[in-house]
Amino acid sequence: MEIRSNEFKQRAVFAIHDASLQQALGKARGGFVGKRAQQAAELPEFEQLREEAKNTKNHILDNLDHYLERYEAAVTAAGGHVHWARDAEEARKIILDICKRVDAKTVTKGKSMVSEEIGLNEALIEHGMEVVETDLGEYIIQLAHEPPSHIIAPAVHKTKDQVSDLFEAAHGGPRKTEVPDLVNEARMVLRDKYFRADVGITGGNFLVAETGSSIIVTNEGNGDLTQTLAKVHIVTSGIERVVPTLDDATLFLRLLARSATGQETETYTTISTGPRRADDLDGPEEYHVVLVDNGRSKMLGGRFKDMLRCIRCGACMNHCPVYGAVGGHAYGWVYPGPMGSVLTPLIKGLDNAYDLPNACTLNGRCASVCPVKIPLPDLLRELRHMQHQQDITPVMQRRALKVWRYVATRPKLYHALEQVGARFLSAIARNGSIRRLPLASGWTDVRDLPAPAGRTFLELWQGKRGQK
Amino acid sequence: MTESPTRGPRVGLFATCLMNVFRPNVGFSAVKLLEDAGCTVEVPANQTCCGQPGYNSGDYDAARALARQVIETFEHYDYIVGPSGSCMATIRHDYPVLFQDDPVWLPRAQALSEKAWELLSFLTDVLGATASDSHYDGTVTYHDSCSGLRGLGIKGQPRTLLGEVDGLRLKEMEDSEVCCGFGGTFCVKYPEISEKMVEDKVKNILATGADTVVGGDLGCLMNIAGRLKRINAPVKVFHTAEVLAGLADGPGLAGAAKESD
Repeated sequence: MEIRSNEFKQRAVFAIHDASLQQALGKARGGFVGKRAQQAAELPEFEQLREEAKNTKNHILDNLDHYLERYEAAVTAAGGHVHWARDAEEARKIILDICKRVDAKTVTKGKSMVSEEIGLNEALIEHGMEVVETDLGEYIIQLAHEPPSHIIAPAVHKTKDQVSDLFEAAHGGPRKTEVPDLVNEARMVLRDKYFRADVGITGGNFLVAETGSSIIVTNEGNGDLTQTLAKVHIVTSGIERVVPTLDDATLFLRLLARSATGQETETYTTISTGPRRADDLDGPEEYHVVLVDNGRSKMLGGRFKDMLRCIRCGACMNHCPVYGAVGGHAYGWVYPGPMGSVLTPLIKGLDNAYDLPNACTLNGRCASVCPVKIPLPDLLRELRHMQHQQDITPVMQRRALKVWRYVATRPKLYHALEQVGARFLSAIARNGSIRRLPLASGWTDVRDLPAPAGRTFLELWQGKRGQK
Repeated sequence: MTESPTRGPRVGLFATCLMNVFRPNVGFSAVKLLEDAGCTVEVPANQTCCGQPGYNSGDYDAARALARQVIETFEHYDYIVGPSGSCMATIRHDYPVLFQDDPVWLPRAQALSEKAWELLSFLTDVLGATASDSHYDGTVTYHDSCSGLRGLGIKGQPRTLLGEVDGLRLKEMEDSEVCCGFGGTFCVKYPEISEKMVEDKVKNILATGADTVVGGDLGCLMNIAGRLKRINAPVKVFHTAEVLAGLADGPGLAGAAKESD
């Protein structure tokens, strides 16, 4: 997927004025936040679990080579194959080669953000394959020819009416308007695809080193049909998603659904280990795992290591007021919201996503709900620091910072300028505020500027106490 | 009384930039509250900014230059107290991070960090002060500023003190913990997003029917007050300290629109 993160500002403004989008976002926000809060409150050990999850992830990341090798050995022992992909291109090639080898015509897909990250669909379609997204949200946006706008609710930006229109156009009507009817219609269309599929591709929420298993969680069961009915099952996953044991996986599973959708658990939690065995009733003939690095190993040793703890629950974006205002598409690439604002510049380059680390008030709500306690605001600030060091920041900002530093480290000068400013603003104010201030239109286009009283506190204080 | 009564702690008041220029009344309110609680308050003249604008813009060197100035100016006080969760969280949390690789300044940054307090939490958590002498006529809703709330754990303290004020009715708004859209330079770099956020905040304020909104950070309060004024909503905006100190007279920040507007 082509990156358009440098269009963030324009796309954000567009999004704010898109009435349907605002309607959809408003509805989603309330649901996710309220349900998560309720789940967290109902589980007394929830905060302890977050701390434990953070520590476990840190341990895994400190020993990632070890667990990945153990995982590979276990997958191989179970009859599966592990493929290592350095970047998106290698990952696409590995998957394409498998699909071509088995002469795949139809490829079904469970939800996988890594497949979005590596631009898999485009590559498969380019080679003549029919690609069918089976997650309802993914299916909707595939019909709309749009990328996901949320990592767990890819069509969260769509209203019910828009879905009705899309389904009517794609399935030929009659137009359905009720949610259960729409779901049924999608189910009937997709059912046929599962049986026709040559290859089923899913993500992997967790990869278990001790057993060589991949675990996916879904609410629709589409992942199960994708991975058991096709002849070949391919798992795409980031290298950081490995966990040592099934026990460890349960720790993260307890946090994932609660943090993501505010459910105690997702409807389906499915563990796959290798291809179909002799006495299995169903399952794929081949089982492949494509482990994607794509910039992750570079993060491992550096100051962004904490980001690799991410379990892709989406809580950060659900609680982000900026995401809530502009939706996911404004972010311009695969991962939106706070986690995306950290990941996108790291994966796609700092100068390809200038705004993402900056379009944040550092309010910290994301970090306060992150199930693995990633200090997202600190990482975003760190990216700003890198932008500053590399002179990617706008010239005006660099100049302003230089002037500010010069003045602020000279208290007498600073106070003199504050006094001038206070008097000037006070003089031009009407009824306690200023409606328009040419050099501060960023402020006054949106709100009045409260007027100062005229003299600064330090001035008044020295006048009062100096006479005592 | 003995000849030399036990003196309260010697507090250096951190006069935040916004307070100094836009709302001196908050500074005088802070001094009154601290002195009433038995502190000796001084306002060192050599202070400017805590450095947060530089830090959050990624200019760590500039932030360090400002931090050194604050440390030198305030380290000889028993406490450094300021009427802002945002500035005080910078001193408390960010200074030690800024100097983590500096063996000379790190201990000094840590020492200051340990005695850096936001005004309201200092009054309650350190001094155990109450607000039983204060009076305010009105229905008040409280906005949780993000840095104070998540950086310093300020949530119950201002509500407890406000609850003790005679005549004051506290009415909670929806999403009081959600950012108002100020975010320092964010609000002028991304005005449209900031507008959407402050619009949501103002809707929640108006839905309470409160005649006054208070909070602990002037950045947020100026944003909220400016927006309320722009849409002619007759809600007064004060810093919590002004209400507690009995200095919340007049129309408040931005001179709230009148009922008849």
